[in-house]
Amino acid sequence: MTKAISARALRKVYPGTPPVEALGGVDIDIADNEFFTLLGPSGCGKTTILRLIAGFEHPTSGSLDMFGQSLLDLPPYKRQINTVFQSYALFPHMSVAENIGFGLEMLGKPKSEIKSTVAEMMDLVQMSHLADRQTSQISGGQQQRVALARALAPKPRVLLLDEPLSALDFKLRKNMQLELKRLQTETGITFIFVTHDQEEALTMSDRIAVMSDGAIRQIGSPRDIYDHPADRFVADFIGDTNFLPADVIATEGERVSLRLGSGKTITAPARHAGGGRVTLAVRPEHARLEAEDSGLLPGVLSDAVYFGTDTHFHIALDDGTAFVLRQQNSPDTETRFAKGERVSVSFPGEVAQVLRD
Amino acid sequence: MAERVFDIRRQTGFTTIAIACFAMLYMPIILLVIYSFNAGTSIAIWEGASWRWYVSAWNNEQVQEATLRSLIIAVWASGISTTVAVLAALATTRTRRFRGQTAVFALINQPLMVPEIVTAVALLIFFAMIKVATGYTGLAYLIIAHSAFCIPFAYLPIRARLQGMDLSLEQAAADLYATPFQVFRRVTLPQLWPGILAGAMLAFVISLDDVVITEFVKSAGQDTLPTYMLGQLRRVVTPEINAISTVLLSISVTMVIAFTLLSKIRK
Amino acid sequence: MESIPDTIARRTARNRWLLLIPALAILLFAASGPLLITLVYSVLTPGDYGGVEWQFSLDAWFNVFMQRDIFDDTLGWSDAHLSIFWRSVKLSALTTLACLAFGFPTAYFIATRPKKQRDLWMLLIIIPFWTNLLIRTFAILELIRNEGTVNTVLIALGLIDEPIQMLFTEFSILLGMVYVYLPLMVLPIYASMERFDFRLVEAGYDLYATRFRVLRKVILPLVKPGVIAGSILVFVPSLGAYVTPRVMGGGNQLMIGNLIELQFGQGRNWPLGAALSITLLAIVMVALLAYVRVAGNEETPHG
Repeated sequence: MTKAISARALRKVYPGTPPVEALGGVDIDIADNEFFTLLGPSGCGKTTILRLIAGFEHPTSGSLDMFGQSLLDLPPYKRQINTVFQSYALFPHMSVAENIGFGLEMLGKPKSEIKSTVAEMMDLVQMSHLADRQTSQISGGQQQRVALARALAPKPRVLLLDEPLSALDFKLRKNMQLELKRLQTETGITFIFVTHDQEEALTMSDRIAVMSDGAIRQIGSPRDIYDHPADRFVADFIGDTNFLPADVIATEGERVSLRLGSGKTITAPARHAGGGRVTLAVRPEHARLEAEDSGLLPGVLSDAVYFGTDTHFHIALDDGTAFVLRQQNSPDTETRFAKGERVSVSFPGEVAQVLRD
Repeated sequence: MAERVFDIRRQTGFTTIAIACFAMLYMPIILLVIYSFNAGTSIAIWEGASWRWYVSAWNNEQVQEATLRSLIIAVWASGISTTVAVLAALATTRTRRFRGQTAVFALINQPLMVPEIVTAVALLIFFAMIKVATGYTGLAYLIIAHSAFCIPFAYLPIRARLQGMDLSLEQAAADLYATPFQVFRRVTLPQLWPGILAGAMLAFVISLDDVVITEFVKSAGQDTLPTYMLGQLRRVVTPEINAISTVLLSISVTMVIAFTLLSKIRK
Repeated sequence: MESIPDTIARRTARNRWLLLIPALAILLFAASGPLLITLVYSVLTPGDYGGVEWQFSLDAWFNVFMQRDIFDDTLGWSDAHLSIFWRSVKLSALTTLACLAFGFPTAYFIATRPKKQRDLWMLLIIIPFWTNLLIRTFAILELIRNEGTVNTVLIALGLIDEPIQMLFTEFSILLGMVYVYLPLMVLPIYASMERFDFRLVEAGYDLYATRFRVLRKVILPLVKPGVIAGSILVFVPSLGAYVTPRVMGGGNQLMIGNLIELQFGQGRNWPLGAALSITLLAIVMVALLAYVRVAGNEETPHG
């Protein structure tokens, strides 16, 4: 791939007593024309990476390149990267049109070009009717679109988005997610998107980097991350997961035999070398509810919660673990099992993810 | 009988003392203003209203000279100190701790911490040395001295305004290819100007009002309005002093109100 | 080879200092630097017509505190100087206390007005603060001099026959200083009180405290930083007061500031003036350091 952004051993330490290591030696490659998301809880380092790429912070050590050129000595105004800020950071003393045209003005573009590009951008985000408004007079959603247009107007090679949708209400956010995806495909600009909302990340991204505590846990497509989480953190952070203890009996090539808490055995895809105690991750929607003696893990059905589209079953397994199972509702399902009844949980070995500990 | 609501905020006697304070603060000044319109020559016995003292002050050559000198010094001092304070504020606000920070703040705030007489004496000595060496006895000494002690007064409102400004706006400008100078001119300055204006006004008033340092630094005959007034207090006092005081007062009051309004501007 | 982060740090520091140079240059030239020269002058000999002879001598420092009896050459404390020091400290302390007594209730009053009114009341306090020191001193002068308002009214009312001599006494200096420095006490106390949560007072009353107790045990401890700041803001400048004692005290009631000026006028003893000046500065610095220490301890939250 053509690497839009490439970082090796990127590290950022903030001075203080004690010093804070916001980013600890991270490696990352982001491809050209990709919608890449940095996902993680607050304090994980995702915003730090963004600020390092934008140029507002300088790395303590490590390398950071854009299309092969080192960014380390370039101030922000010399990088062909633009940012959509979380607070939008619109210039309050300028109108919408002036805000959008600011970057082009700074680049010394001729007035006519600025005018036409600004018009183009306002069309793109559907803000043409508000060109002369002061930025304090427009709504939050409109401000967000102005911030976007302003960052896109100078046609950067990389666009950074710092949790741009977090201040929007639910419906607006859903719309903007589709908007942003469309814009990225249309413009071909590399989008680097930061968010703590895993649903958002899964919907929009080509690839996701899941982060915590200044390190990258896993990089992959949304599917990869969801279906094959690499470790416990990723499995827990993305979607809902059940964690089951198991013991490795034997490994044969691509498959590993495991003994579950109930004593039953399954074979699952082998992910890592090693034996002994491991943790299995199983998604709620991948398991089935069965009668007590036919399944893998017996237990008591403690609750069944109806959610319209599906039902969540809570089972207290005999070995003490709690298991949540999700089943899609269809017209001819009836509740086969009653609360308090003894049941068992079953799942194909394929869906069990063996996790690194 | 009306029921007295228990006001948790009331403390015995406090309101009385407070009102008395306000009265005491303003009474002498109000009397001073009233007597500036006294037709008689006494500053205590009212003999009818008249503009005569304002007229006589206006025509008084010494007053004219002193006023002009005060204004020239104040304009220069506030201009220099404000410009210099803007630079200093940019350098010291919204940054992480830097080496020498305590010393810099001590230097900038020195005029606020050191008693005026100490500075006045120091300048007297220092400038006397220079006067002997160069023979120059112009206004420059006063202008520089005033600029120096006006710096913290210009600096503080500018710094306060700067601290309230969102750093992400300047980052956004830099992100959009503005060089540091362009960032300052197009984003920082348009938002900073109320603070700068407030600082300049404060510096202007402080310079206009200065007595001690000016008294020690000036050469013979180089009176400013306050030093002229100080000299007059030794002789026969006429309501002319009241008139001059009233004029200075009105300038101060106008400035204070303007300053307060400026501080209210949010952008 | 310097690493990039170090280069950037160095460049940032360089830019910062470049921006600071104009301000620092002016201040060093016309504020701080001359203080060093004062120190130098304090160890020279006085010239015949003012100024100095460049000859090292510790006489000036000696004379700050001591004097040599002109008759029998014995060493003794300089009564004149010591009485002036004492007067200065005494008057400054009294001024501070008086300002506290008046200023605290005033600040309290303003802080307990409805929010919209507060700015207006503060404006009323700030206006005198911005008014020329000389004008304010002069205004008080007009009130209490023998031909001034108070005496004229009292005589007119027949309460007294002769004007009461109020001017040129320590009382008049005290009055002048309190009048001048009162706003400086009110401002920091008000700042402290504005942040005060009056729900704590409610809690106090709920727990059976009287009004006075609530004041003493709930309000006062929490606004102490403001009180201390105000006290310093009044004590320090009043110690170095010059105009007010000169106008209100005539030539008789000298404070340190007047004593210093004397050395550069009639006294013709520049080194002594310089030494006295440095002494005043030292006292002020000690007071400020004490404030920083105390204020620093106040920063630690109470349990």
